Amino acid sequence: MTGKNRENYNKNYIAYVNSFDPPTQHFKNCFRAFLVGGFICCIGQFIRIVYEKVFGLYGDELAGLVSVTLIFLGTLLTGLGVYDRIGRYAGAGSIVPITGFANSVCSPAIEFKTEGLVYGLAAKMFVVAGPIIVYGVLAGTAVGLIYLFL
Amino acid sequence: MWGEYLEIIWGFVKAFAVGGSICMIAQIVINFTDLTAGKILVVFMLVGVALQGLGLYRYLVEFAGAGATVPISGFGYLLANGAIKGAEKGFFGAFTGALSAASAGISAAVIFSFLMAMFFKSKSKKN
Repeated sequence: MTGKNRENYNKNYIAYVNSFDPPTQHFKNCFRAFLVGGFICCIGQFIRIVYEKVFGLYGDELAGLVSVTLIFLGTLLTGLGVYDRIGRYAGAGSIVPITGFANSVCSPAIEFKTEGLVYGLAAKMFVVAGPIIVYGVLAGTAVGLIYLFL
Repeated sequence: MWGEYLEIIWGFVKAFAVGGSICMIAQIVINFTDLTAGKILVVFMLVGVALQGLGLYRYLVEFAGAGATVPISGFGYLLANGAIKGAEKGFFGAFTGALSAASAGISAAVIFSFLMAMFFKSKSKKN
């Protein structure tokens, strides 16, 4: 088979395979993301109200502890293997909330524990979350400096 | 008496609508591009930083509460807000403000992830 023929053959083959791929179900995906994402935010709102009304917290402490609690829940569900299942159902609905950030830190930490505590667990912990912190610090500091000089 | 309960329920409705919408926008972006989860998180965080840099995201937080702070764009809001508050105190504040504001979240993620990794074993991808 000559090179050009093979290229055509591959193209035909890929088109053939794609014809069997289920089409992305945009509406269903988006609805699930909306549902689960909204639900996680409501859990956050619930924790916020409990801390505010029952424990009398306010301001930065309140916001910080709500995040800490959600991150704890996210890592716990990741450890129990539940969060991956939620993720398969919800897509972006489980990625975008802060619990998804916790999942992105915890999941590689658990998975690479077998490669050691330093180069496995600790190094791989920030494989996904590292870029968020890098660009977050860069962008945040840029905003700070702009406000300083304006 | 009833007014207070209604306000709390209305708060949940707003949090659900706004938080769900942010996640749905992310899902639409994923559907129509091939961005991975990591890139989506970075993009949404940067959008949060930019919106708060323009002074806009705080209105969303006032409106929706946890609906705006729980998605990753709220993390960006926190970073930018910390830097802006720090900038009022001078150069050093502008330099340290972003990470200081995010320290609770990052510390929690590191500590809890470490503990969970100690407690749990990796689950097979099948279940």
